Amino acid sequence: MKYLDEYRDESLAKSILAEIRRLVTRPWVLMEVCGGQTHSIVKYGIDRLLPDEIELVHGPGCPVCVTALEMIDKAHAIARQPDVIFCSFGDMLRVPGSDGDLLTLKSRGADIRVLYSPIDCLKIARANPDKKVVFFAIGFETTAPANAMSVFQAHKQGLMNYSILVSHVLVPPAMAAILQSPQNRVQGFLGPGHVCAVMGYEEYEPIAAQFHVPIVITGFEPLDLLQGTLMALRQLEAGRAEVENQYPRVVRREGNRSAQQLVSEVFEVCDRKWRGVGSIPNSGYRLRREFREHDAERIFAVRQIDTRESDICISGEILRGIRKPHDCPAFGTLCTPDHPLGATMVSAEGACAAYFAYGRHLAAERIAAQAREEAVLS
Amino acid sequence: MNISLHPEPQTLSRTNGTTDSAPNFSGPVCPLPVHERPEIVLGHGSGGKLTHQLITGVFLPHFSNDLLDPLHDGAVLPIHGARVAFSTDSFVVNPIFFPGGDIGSLAVHGTVNDLAMCGAKPQYLSVAMILEEGLPMGDLLRIVKSMKRAADEAGVLLVTGDTKVVDRGKGDQIFITTTGVGLIPEGVSIHPKHARVGDKIIVSGEIATHGIAIMSVRDGLEFETEILSDSAALNGLVGVILRACPQVHVLRDPTRGGLTSALNEIAEQAGVGIVLDEARIPISEQVKGACEILGLDPLYVANEGKLLAVVPAESADCVLEAMRRDPLGRDAAIIGEVVAKHPGLVTMLTRVGGVRMVDMLSGEQLPRIC
Repeated sequence: MKYLDEYRDESLAKSILAEIRRLVTRPWVLMEVCGGQTHSIVKYGIDRLLPDEIELVHGPGCPVCVTALEMIDKAHAIARQPDVIFCSFGDMLRVPGSDGDLLTLKSRGADIRVLYSPIDCLKIARANPDKKVVFFAIGFETTAPANAMSVFQAHKQGLMNYSILVSHVLVPPAMAAILQSPQNRVQGFLGPGHVCAVMGYEEYEPIAAQFHVPIVITGFEPLDLLQGTLMALRQLEAGRAEVENQYPRVVRREGNRSAQQLVSEVFEVCDRKWRGVGSIPNSGYRLRREFREHDAERIFAVRQIDTRESDICISGEILRGIRKPHDCPAFGTLCTPDHPLGATMVSAEGACAAYFAYGRHLAAERIAAQAREEAVLS
Repeated sequence: MNISLHPEPQTLSRTNGTTDSAPNFSGPVCPLPVHERPEIVLGHGSGGKLTHQLITGVFLPHFSNDLLDPLHDGAVLPIHGARVAFSTDSFVVNPIFFPGGDIGSLAVHGTVNDLAMCGAKPQYLSVAMILEEGLPMGDLLRIVKSMKRAADEAGVLLVTGDTKVVDRGKGDQIFITTTGVGLIPEGVSIHPKHARVGDKIIVSGEIATHGIAIMSVRDGLEFETEILSDSAALNGLVGVILRACPQVHVLRDPTRGGLTSALNEIAEQAGVGIVLDEARIPISEQVKGACEILGLDPLYVANEGKLLAVVPAESADCVLEAMRRDPLGRDAAIIGEVVAKHPGLVTMLTRVGGVRMVDMLSGEQLPRIC
């Protein structure tokens, strides 16, 4: 398939891998920022194709995973109300709050709908004037323009029964927080391709300079990830620390200016609590005052929610690249995608869930080696 | 794998010390698990792990007997020296008319195929309908005609039936249950347990078209496409396979849960490993594109007119050639083989030369955010 098969080509992958092996002289730790990248890396077994010197650790860039538990409980409290149609991206449905998940609420009669775009909510709001339609607006900068557009349009059209529950998070402050931590191991980043399609990558340049780390804005296909790794490695081996763009077919330095303008008209930057991490200053969006009639937190005035946490899970350290899923005693046993204990297991793009889905809970190194030997199909 | 209908109340562990004041990466910070589900959720019908848990945790402990326990697509009944395959299936598809078929033809194909996967020649079907008050008579007629046509094409007779009507809002237009019987010819012995190390795995054509065709017309997810459901009766193709290789070890139609569920069940029941080659799995460009856009993995998407055949290596080419001469097997391909290592697991050689495990679906496959 055009624009896909080219980026999954085995012979090209082999030649990039050979170049990586030729260049590498010492161990390096790279972090891929996005959950989508983590998913792709584990799905295609890319980390296992790399030489031992290069360790990929998995970043905090799965928006579903890092949505604070309090926010999920708020969402559930709103979705339970009888006059509410609660709309969400699909992968939020299985995320457990303090008491069950949205799928369970749905089975108990709540009107919960899976959408691909918040813009579809406007149609639902128009068709159901006696209901309150709420969209769970989570995500990084990538989903912000569509979420902003839904509020902007609802406001313009006077659809007062539409609101969003905002839990937006921003990538650069999280990267800075990771680098500031005394336990930091990350020496270079594969930057978030789709976030930068919207925001551009100017704002990453001060981070690369301040912390002296290479940041390579990278795509999501196997060859993107291998090439991004190669570009970061070249910088590390040469002692450079710059922002480079591996993903020029989608990303420009200045990003998408009209999307940025819309986002800044509707949202303003605020502090945000990240699940598994804690509060990071200036790391989120909230609705501007002009749009407060569409702010679900204000409309529903959900009281302060007390959340309770497991004491086994190490997702905080996984999200920061300090440890990996199989370092956790609960991984694959007490904690599975059916019964997630923490942030990184709740969404398909969380590092633990990706490891689990692709079999790494089953002494997978051994399995993979054996499977490779036997995969010579006639 | 047991599921409990009366789970113990959750034990609360200590409240985590995370505060809003500063980023904290070192502390344990995660939520409580949701233990066993106290009520049925849609995922219990997905054909993946939750369905499996329902069967092994709730149904089997109560219904267990020698004929049920093999958990094949149908039961094989010894009646007066003959072997009769017996199978039942309910259909609740939404929307009831979709590109490439409707709930009526699907209900006939589904049970015909379940019988065919036992190696049987399907003969007689029963039809039970639950109709919702308000269903347009024209829609019902269209469905009935479609069932008749599907039955004629598959060479089966609809010989008995039942009708119930429920209040508006208590059903979703129409639900259909079909049950069928068929005779298994002498010498044919097909069962997931029969997969042997060295066997080749053949799929009869491009996968995932049914699930994607349904999704393309479902509320809230509509998108323009020419993808048609592959819904079809496979008993003719099974006949072709059995003529080419009467010793075929396993036949499965990978419906709900897709290729992955069917292959994992075979690996588990036969106690063997399975290795797939991603590059050999036939998927149409359109389905591949739709899956990329929707964030779905085609290996988990439902098929209604495809089968998996596990055949001895020496017969694989002969079976493949015969299948490709049949219109329903035109795009058949050998996609993997049965191995001794990692029993119970399915792995896949990826396009870029990596290896990964292909696990059964956990719950519903949900569209991803990015």
